[in-house]
Amino acid sequence: MSTPQTPLPQQAAPPSWESGYTSPIPVVRAHLGHAIVSEWTKIRSVRSTVWTLGIYMLIVLGMGALIAWAIVRVPSEFHGSENPLAFGFFGLLVGSVCIITLGVLTVASEYGTGMIRTTMTACPSRIRVLAAKAVVFFLVAFTTTLFSAGLVALVHTALLDGTGARQPTGEEWLRGTLGISLYLAMLGLLSLAVGAILRHSAGAITLMIGVVLAPLVLAAFMQVESLEKLRDALFDYSIPSQMAVFYANTGATLRDSGPSGWDSLWIILGMTAAAFAVACVLLQKRDV
Amino acid sequence: MIELEGLTKRYGDKLAVDNLTFTVRPGTVTGFLGPNGAGKSTTMRMILGLDHPTAGSVRIDGRRYQELKDPLTYIGALLDAKAVHGGRSAYNHLLCLAQSNGIPARRVDEVLDIVGLTPVARKKAKNFSLGMSQRLGIAAALLGDPRILMFDEPVNGLDPEGIQWIRSLMKSLAAQGRTVFVSSHLMSEMALTADHLVVIGQGRLLADMSMADFIAQNSQCRVRIRTPERERMLDVLHTAGITAVEKDGGLLEVEGSRAERIGELAAEHRIVLHELSSQQSSLEEAFMQLTAGSVEYHAHTGQAQQTGGTGPAVVPAQPVAADTKKES
Repeated sequence: MSTPQTPLPQQAAPPSWESGYTSPIPVVRAHLGHAIVSEWTKIRSVRSTVWTLGIYMLIVLGMGALIAWAIVRVPSEFHGSENPLAFGFFGLLVGSVCIITLGVLTVASEYGTGMIRTTMTACPSRIRVLAAKAVVFFLVAFTTTLFSAGLVALVHTALLDGTGARQPTGEEWLRGTLGISLYLAMLGLLSLAVGAILRHSAGAITLMIGVVLAPLVLAAFMQVESLEKLRDALFDYSIPSQMAVFYANTGATLRDSGPSGWDSLWIILGMTAAAFAVACVLLQKRDV
Repeated sequence: MIELEGLTKRYGDKLAVDNLTFTVRPGTVTGFLGPNGAGKSTTMRMILGLDHPTAGSVRIDGRRYQELKDPLTYIGALLDAKAVHGGRSAYNHLLCLAQSNGIPARRVDEVLDIVGLTPVARKKAKNFSLGMSQRLGIAAALLGDPRILMFDEPVNGLDPEGIQWIRSLMKSLAAQGRTVFVSSHLMSEMALTADHLVVIGQGRLLADMSMADFIAQNSQCRVRIRTPERERMLDVLHTAGITAVEKDGGLLEVEGSRAERIGELAAEHRIVLHELSSQQSSLEEAFMQLTAGSVEYHAHTGQAQQTGGTGPAVVPAQPVAADTKKES
């Protein structure tokens, strides 16, 4: 019926390729779900990501255990009206390096190996690829943090209970487990977007660690009076300070200024959204 | 079917791909030939939607690549065999690709079997030799059982047995009615596998013709003559309107004339010949001549158009260049 060998400039029917080979494999219209399953396979099938997560849990649980041991040894040191969950902070602060690394690697390692070209060939919608990576990474980072931080919090409160320290309020529980887990997962997502922007693992990890540490370091060196306001802002809005807010006592802030309550989460949400917007624009514009 | 329409890619001042228009048809192996840096890989990346064309478009079975929902079932491609995450096993690499296109997981085992990687399926890709990586790349291309296959320099790094295997694989894929588009910088390789040829040089289309036409046009005979009566032979040839070139060692060489005719002429004038032989110029030579430089292919163009019978003739290089200058 159709004339083969006739090039068709437009989508006229019936096209000449209809006469060509037909595969017995069922054709499926792939969607975001397929991309997510694919990204899950990717993240679990590479040893570096599994290792990074393992070390992360080791740091959070290990430092939690160390503090638990200290509580048992010298309970008197841990008395007071402070939020009893606050001791989980240190493990997560150190562990955030792992979350940053994992987030960056999720995207940037594909650029390093050239795998990205294979990925983008299999899924031409670049935004879908980024979205699938973000969803899988977020779920992995969030559940791992929630599990580790939750376990540490439970152990600490149980141990402190015997020393006469106060029990955390419901709000404190919510912020110290769910809140901080969401925050760290978002920090990882920010790293993932930065990885997509820079397309270079080492560069993106260095930049992100700089973003975490630089404000504190800069603030420490600003001893001049005229820079006092800037110094305070750098200190208050540095990522470690933002994390500490999740462990602040209900209704009280560490200082008069700076974020309080759930502010940190909204700040990181805004930063991540902005980074993703930039990543999406660049992803569409650039050649793979 | 792959259709390219005025495809152009510019990097800064450099035109990597210059107004390419051609169609890759099903049922044949189409060779994509050009020297290193001619723009073959850039063209293939644009076909796959990885690079954005500066101008022009590509259609895969009538659709833009970005419109394909499950592209692996339309077109399978091997671009860079090393474009895999080294830490992932061959099986998991193929599995994540299959999942992204909704291809059943059993197909992974099938393609691993086809390319002969089943014994190393659980091994990490970074420990693969180049040959094994090529096989893994071909497995990925075959994953969706697509109607179009595209291979960039597939025989690179393969041992003779692997090369044989690739050749027969490509031929059998084309025989099933699929479109097979394969690039190479080796004419000799193409001569063995391709039915149709697309030749580019410096990003421009130089030839788009069947292999048979290319051979007919480019394997012109040179006739070598050795005779003790050189001067007389030259006279005879001259009066017959044949130009001979004197070579070292008292040899004469004639182009564009058949050995039979020379022999008859010599016999007619009773000239003793010590040697009369036809010299077939190789396809490799013809290809090198075609891609040597703009002056060379300009000269060749005229020749090809004279001799070219059916089929698309060699595209003149000069007007194309003029067009793009107007454009910019």
